Amino acid sequence: MNLVYKLLRCQLKGTQVVSFFLANLTGMLILLLSVQLWYDLRPFFTGKDRLLQKDFLVVTKRISTFGTLTGRSTTFTSEELCEIFEQPFIRKIGRFTSSRFRTTAGMELEQFGSGFSTELFFESVPDEYIDVKTEAWDFQEGDTRIPIILPRNYLNLYNFGFAPSRHLPKLSEGTIGLLNLDIRIQGKGKQQEFQGKIVGFSKHLNTILVPQSFMDWANATFAEEKAAEVSRVIVETDNPADERIVRFFNSQGYEIEGDRHSAGEITWFLNIFTALVAGIGLLICFLSLYILILSISLLLQKDRIKIENLLLLGYTPEKIARPYEWFVLAVQCGVMVCVWGVLLAARGYYLPLLQELNPTQGGMGPVFWGGLCLFAGIFLWNAVIIRRKIGKTAFL
Amino acid sequence: MDAIYLKKVLPEIFLKRENSGSEIWLQDVCFFKGEMVLVKAASGAGKSSLCSYIYGYRQDFWGSMFFDDKDLRSLERRDWEHIRRTSLSYVFQDLRLFAELTAFENVEVKNSLTGFRSAEWIRDCFLRVGLGDKIEEKAGRLSLGQQQRVALVRALCQPFDFLLLDEPVSHLDNENNRICSEVLTEEARRLGAGVLVTSIGYEPKMKYDKVFRL
Repeated sequence: MNLVYKLLRCQLKGTQVVSFFLANLTGMLILLLSVQLWYDLRPFFTGKDRLLQKDFLVVTKRISTFGTLTGRSTTFTSEELCEIFEQPFIRKIGRFTSSRFRTTAGMELEQFGSGFSTELFFESVPDEYIDVKTEAWDFQEGDTRIPIILPRNYLNLYNFGFAPSRHLPKLSEGTIGLLNLDIRIQGKGKQQEFQGKIVGFSKHLNTILVPQSFMDWANATFAEEKAAEVSRVIVETDNPADERIVRFFNSQGYEIEGDRHSAGEITWFLNIFTALVAGIGLLICFLSLYILILSISLLLQKDRIKIENLLLLGYTPEKIARPYEWFVLAVQCGVMVCVWGVLLAARGYYLPLLQELNPTQGGMGPVFWGGLCLFAGIFLWNAVIIRRKIGKTAFL
Repeated sequence: MDAIYLKKVLPEIFLKRENSGSEIWLQDVCFFKGEMVLVKAASGAGKSSLCSYIYGYRQDFWGSMFFDDKDLRSLERRDWEHIRRTSLSYVFQDLRLFAELTAFENVEVKNSLTGFRSAEWIRDCFLRVGLGDKIEEKAGRLSLGQQQRVALVRALCQPFDFLLLDEPVSHLDNENNRICSEVLTEEARRLGAGVLVTSIGYEPKMKYDKVFRL
């Protein structure tokens, strides 16, 4: 065994090793865990599951009791639409078109020996805003088949609310696609039958959608009133987590449908929270480094005579520094392995929970490499300090 | 390294002292490779200071010193490391052994750095100086005389042009002094090296070419 190691090892105390190890572990763990959590949670708020890789928000005017009583308009004027469009964070704006004719839909359920019929309404938005991509989404004048997109919520309501209470079978998207709806449209003294086919379910558009081409044709053919004003618009933004979006729409008294509008606020809180936790981690890291430096200084001080003698025998400070560097490296590797173990375990615990909500999570890559760089940085810093301190002993 | 020059050297602590008639301090002196030199002085005359200046771990002196034509003060840390491994060997007055290492390990600390001697040579040398049974003994448990001999063996485990011996036999009896002096002379002659011995009156039994009073 190398005699220099044997000589300098004698002074290492277990408590010093343990205290540095624990301090370093705590700091690193808090720091890296918070960064990893930030990476894993960010997709929720920055909308990684956004439709067509873009971000759409449905905007309405707020309906208040006062507004209802005074008959205040809940539709957008063209000036208001222009103002929204002029905002720097808005890329595009699309209008919802409502059906202005009477619609009933019915279905014969032969196996149950019964059927149902209901009045309903349709809405449409330009095709580019629709998050369900299907070739069936097409209507030409003369077609007797209307593709329909329902909100996913409806299916969930049926499957998890209605069906279990009535002992009815649960329906998948595929099953629903097989059903045919008998749709009857009336207006201007005319009436026409269509076959409705549900071609998909939208996560973001909370309405019964038909193609814009059908809507334009049907409104022109059956509507008795003039074109209605727009009460809902869909806007495309660069980033739904942009805090300005919430600020602007709030100041205008508009509402954003669903919970996606809160992404901006939550992202802000997430950033603040992560920064705070990571900051504490970083502080503990620095404190642990400080403890390490103090321990090493103490160690070097205790070993001063031996170091002095070794230097006088012709040893280089680099050679003398090596046992101390190995010590730091060994402790750091231990810390690293522990941090990775805990990080993997923690992730293994919370990732399945997150994946139920959103299958896209940030990987461990950035934290892994970042952590590795941090470890390397800390090690190099320590090595420099050790060598410098030993070098100073060289000339007495 | 062929020569060590001292030009009007004086330890700073002696600046206020009157001229004591030293043959080294404030003189121009030269030690040549291959010479045996004895520097005699009473305690406190600066024997160890002289050695430490030459060995480069103290520079609190006036005047200048040279290794050949190289000013000592111009040497870098790396130069000193090299010199201490290849040109200068030193038996410290306070020996500077590692108490927790065995006698053999103390020598091996130096030898592993230079790779100059074989383990057999070291063991033979221990036998010659009468420490054959103390090789595996911790240095801290050895008597001063035994430690002095360990330090002498260690000093021989490197190539050198000059061997500095700071009161090297102060704790040895006559017989051990004779044996050690024999070993030292033999190795110095073999390497063609110079030997610089300091003493307060009891010195190694060698044939000195020059004797200085400090």
